[in-house]
Amino acid sequence: MAVAAEKRAVAEPGRTSPRTFELGPNVRWLLAAIGALVMAFPLYWMLVTALGSTADLRAGDYGLLPGRLQWENFQAIFDRLPFGRWFLNSVIIAVAGVVLTVTINLIAGYAFAKLRFPGRRILFILIVSTLIIPVQVIMVPQFQIVADLGWVNTYWGVVIPRAAEAFGIFFCVQFFRGIPDDLIEAARIDGAGELTILRKIVLPLSKPLIAVLVIFTFMWRWNEFAWPLIVLNDSDSYTLPIGLRFLDGQYSTDYSLLMAGSLLAVLPMLAIFIFFQRYFVEGLVRSGLK
Amino acid sequence: MAVTTTRPRSAVPRRRWGRASHRQALTAYALISPNLLVFGAFMFLPLILTFVVSMQETSGLGPAEWVGLGNYSELIRDSVFWRALANTVGYAAIEVPLALGAGLMVALLLNRAIWMRNLMRTVYYLPVVISGVAAGILAGWIFSENIGVANKALELVGIAPVAWRSSAAGAMASVILTSLWINVGFNMVVYLAALQNIPREYYDASAVDGATSVQQFRHITLPSLSTATGFLAIYGVITAFHVFDLVFILTSGGPGNATEVLGTYAYDQAFDTRARGYGAAIGVVLYLILMLALTVQFAFARRHPEEA
Repeated sequence: MAVAAEKRAVAEPGRTSPRTFELGPNVRWLLAAIGALVMAFPLYWMLVTALGSTADLRAGDYGLLPGRLQWENFQAIFDRLPFGRWFLNSVIIAVAGVVLTVTINLIAGYAFAKLRFPGRRILFILIVSTLIIPVQVIMVPQFQIVADLGWVNTYWGVVIPRAAEAFGIFFCVQFFRGIPDDLIEAARIDGAGELTILRKIVLPLSKPLIAVLVIFTFMWRWNEFAWPLIVLNDSDSYTLPIGLRFLDGQYSTDYSLLMAGSLLAVLPMLAIFIFFQRYFVEGLVRSGLK
Repeated sequence: MAVTTTRPRSAVPRRRWGRASHRQALTAYALISPNLLVFGAFMFLPLILTFVVSMQETSGLGPAEWVGLGNYSELIRDSVFWRALANTVGYAAIEVPLALGAGLMVALLLNRAIWMRNLMRTVYYLPVVISGVAAGILAGWIFSENIGVANKALELVGIAPVAWRSSAAGAMASVILTSLWINVGFNMVVYLAALQNIPREYYDASAVDGATSVQQFRHITLPSLSTATGFLAIYGVITAFHVFDLVFILTSGGPGNATEVLGTYAYDQAFDTRARGYGAAIGVVLYLILMLALTVQFAFARRHPEEA
């Protein structure tokens, strides 16, 4: 790149965002667009395959555009597998997980952020430190505990052990710390109890936080695989990811069927993302990563 | 701010807990108790028990037998374990920097107002919300050796097809490429947020001093992103060591053990082979490695106080 050209570009006033490499705007746009096409292609391909015919695919006879649309692939998913049941299980587990997790995280987050008590710091550090522990580390005794409780193949077995979410508590504490203490102190002087303060003052100010917690927790529970794989052995109790794995095992080369199933499983999450995009991004920024 | 609370740490309490604060403490314990209960029963207790179980031999339905460090000495001689360990470290060492670099590049491209910017941001982020299972099944189809679209595309541009499923390198490449697809959007969003926080004046001032854009990038942009990079590196390494869903679905650790990682190997041992103690021992090793990796990264980060 010519030095003179760079200098000219640097001296040019009135930009609104930091300037980095001096590629021309068209080149930058083209690079970004090519990247976006590469990123979008797999999902497009999922859709095209889901609507295609496996016979054509196996023969390697396909183009980038869909041929005759075969909606019956989606019907086949419901005909051959208890897909509706799995969908329902996923919804119940994700919703129950969200309600339980968000509730207990909010109240614990409030205590950690705004109340003083002995052991606060060490307990908080202990909780946050569990972020590094994958389920594979603790799964053996964890499964034993769940089995002893009789929770194998139940919703509880999936929901309860994952109900305390360190990320959620972390989000809550970060957010609540931004709420002025004066506000809470004033309410205390007026004789309000902590639960009342939480309900009447803190929560109404925390709608963005609650939105973020609900969306992220839902996503984590909806997509979760390793733990349900261990707890759910009976095909009637499967969630969608476990069901998809079963489908993959049964029809490993029936790509149209596989893609139709995958598409049905990811569609709700994609829709939620598109509708609530703002909160996904806000949540990341809010967690103190800026 | 509340963080400055004195901690009752020294032998002589610095602060007397009056009646009001006593009540506040009781309320606090009540509020955190549901969380502590769940964490205690399903996180801390299993974590401790993992160490205990890792010293037992349990096969099938028989009773557990105490073997001390037997599982660990067996691990040391287990070539599959070493392969899984090397694969996990190698996967993290390749995937994390690539995902960071790609995320940064995309963020730089999409930081300025360009046509269809919001749509492109959405597209880059979409794979983040997709389950690892669905991504794995999709990747299995795209990277199918005979009829997959990846090899078709290579064929079109005159490159020999890659053995995505049957060669060790090809299989690992397919796992890493799919991980990149999943993770780039997250890194992009964090970098975009960090870029937006760099004061505009830095660039203006340096431009007045005649700094070139490359100099600005090296001396303003990159240092200002160090907090974000530090966070993403730590988060990326943790996530990379957690890798399970994608590998389990896409390659099942194969061909052979070419893509076996600690997570999948621990699962296989504990729940397929039903060698619970051995699986737990692998879990303990995974835990210790994560602790070690974090300690090292935090030690590095401490050089820049703003990152801690």
